[in-house]
Amino acid sequence: MGSITLKNVSKVFGAHAVIPSIDLDITDGEFVVFVGPSGCGKSTLLRLIAGLEDVSGGEIVIDGRKATDLPPAKRGLSMVFQSYALYPHMSVRSNIAFPLKMAGEDKAVIDKKVADAARVLNLTDYLDRKPRQLSGGQRQRVAIGRAIVRQPEAFLFDEPLSNLDAALRVNMRLEISQLHQQLKTTMIYVTHDQVEAMTMADKIVVLNRGRIEQVGSPLELYHKPDNLFVAGFIGSPKMNFISGAPAAAHQAHTIGIRPEHLALSKEQGTWRGTVGVAEHLGSDTFLHVNADGIGTLTARVSGDFGVTHGDPVFLTPDVQRLHKFDEKGLAIR
Amino acid sequence: MARNVSTRRKLVVTVVAWTIGILIFFPILWTFLTSFKTEAQAIASPPAFLFFDWTTENYFEVQSRSNYFKHFMNSVVVSFGSTLLGLIIAIPAAWAMAFAPTKRTKDVLMWMLSTKMMPPVGVLVPMYLMFRNSGLLDTRTGLVIVLTLINLPIIIWMLYTYFKEIPGEILEAARMDGASLSKEIIYVLTPMAIPGIASTLLLNIILAWNEAFWTLNLSAAKAAPLTAFIASYSSPEGLFYAKLSAASTMAIAPILILGWFSQKQLVRGLTFGAVK
Repeated sequence: MGSITLKNVSKVFGAHAVIPSIDLDITDGEFVVFVGPSGCGKSTLLRLIAGLEDVSGGEIVIDGRKATDLPPAKRGLSMVFQSYALYPHMSVRSNIAFPLKMAGEDKAVIDKKVADAARVLNLTDYLDRKPRQLSGGQRQRVAIGRAIVRQPEAFLFDEPLSNLDAALRVNMRLEISQLHQQLKTTMIYVTHDQVEAMTMADKIVVLNRGRIEQVGSPLELYHKPDNLFVAGFIGSPKMNFISGAPAAAHQAHTIGIRPEHLALSKEQGTWRGTVGVAEHLGSDTFLHVNADGIGTLTARVSGDFGVTHGDPVFLTPDVQRLHKFDEKGLAIR
Repeated sequence: MARNVSTRRKLVVTVVAWTIGILIFFPILWTFLTSFKTEAQAIASPPAFLFFDWTTENYFEVQSRSNYFKHFMNSVVVSFGSTLLGLIIAIPAAWAMAFAPTKRTKDVLMWMLSTKMMPPVGVLVPMYLMFRNSGLLDTRTGLVIVLTLINLPIIIWMLYTYFKEIPGEILEAARMDGASLSKEIIYVLTPMAIPGIASTLLLNIILAWNEAFWTLNLSAAKAAPLTAFIASYSSPEGLFYAKLSAASTMAIAPILILGWFSQKQLVRGLTFGAVK
């Protein structure tokens, strides 16, 4: 069973505390995504769990067992790297078989497990090829195959899709989600892409400067962000933030309103503005509106709402869906 | 798009390249030709280039005066021995510096290279005395040790650059997959570094084979390699160009043949890192 608990875990490089102190509980079978901007410590946190970096303080417990000082191989975890990190001199078969060979398994057992993994990942026809003869998506699947044959307590993914092109990324995202449903094994997935986080996760951990800003399900984070950082990071396009008089009217230092919760009208509304840039996606249009006395607001409207640059429009926020924050940036509920 | 190269330009480049190539190769060619002349023809002025009475007499003379095979074996033992010993020391050293560097790693590398900047003659006397006092003078063991030490910085530097090209994530993947340090080195690092290790090996065999300063000064009769064999023909009785040339040709032939067959690896070794 793959439960993972971090108690007070910290990591210091020289004088710089990359991770000051983190507590986190991951229950067995969960799909957890660490998300945050680059340099937020999400990859470091994953490497601490993997054992590829030593913690500077605190404790890591995997499956009820203290793992803080165990070497990576003894933690029962598998990892898929951003660069795939396949062994270039080995065939696909040997790559997938490598962890089993290291574990000293019988040849017959290895052959069977490799064949099973290859079938699950559609790699059966490629077993005798070398990694350089494969496409990016296939390499990614080999890396996943190498991770699943060992039947680990948990899978660690370090930005595994960032080297793939956009279309393939959407496919692989789905494949990994399906794999999680099949295997029901704990997965920890690191990404800077909030869309990946929202679509795949059972639980999202939002990190910023080595601290956890909020932990919750995708919809919890979307509907009830704890602070300005999470509110701004989750959701695309970003939430609009307004401070000053319009915020004071709602007894808040800052108010936030998502682009999809702004109603647009050509005749009347709360705020008046002119259309700056209109981004037409077909189904939707994102309008960047210069609102008088407020600044630029992004609004999401239906694709057939006909406006162009310079048109006057009126914006009305959905008061029920307004997010209020105090002067420290924390949510007022 | 390929660059447009005119025929004239191609011709000029070809002529220049051949000229430079022949200039560099000329001393070896001249030595080879001289080895087939008589002593009188060898010093004749103007020199005969190809039209002289070809004779193999020098080779027989050289072989009867000294034991080529003994020197050859000494050269083989000393150059292969020092290179292998060097690799055994250098592989773990380069591994440590490439994959577990500290703040001082760059300094250590520079310091090692700095030992190559000192003129060897500067330490000849202390080295000679140490060799004499420890009974290493004129022994193959002694020459293996001194050549290992001399070439070690180059071996470590070459391997270090090769290892640096191997992505650390692949070694981390091996660690995650349960490989111990020794298995990581045997199954993953070494197979990936084989081309680099091979070219390091070849280059250092050639360097050790041709090393003359230490081999001449620290050996006499027993352990003398082919360098000493050549040197013995510029001896007190005077210079014998034809015999000297025959001896030189015999001394460089083995390494020339080795180099010829491994030139692909060598070029890769010498230009490694220039292009990915």
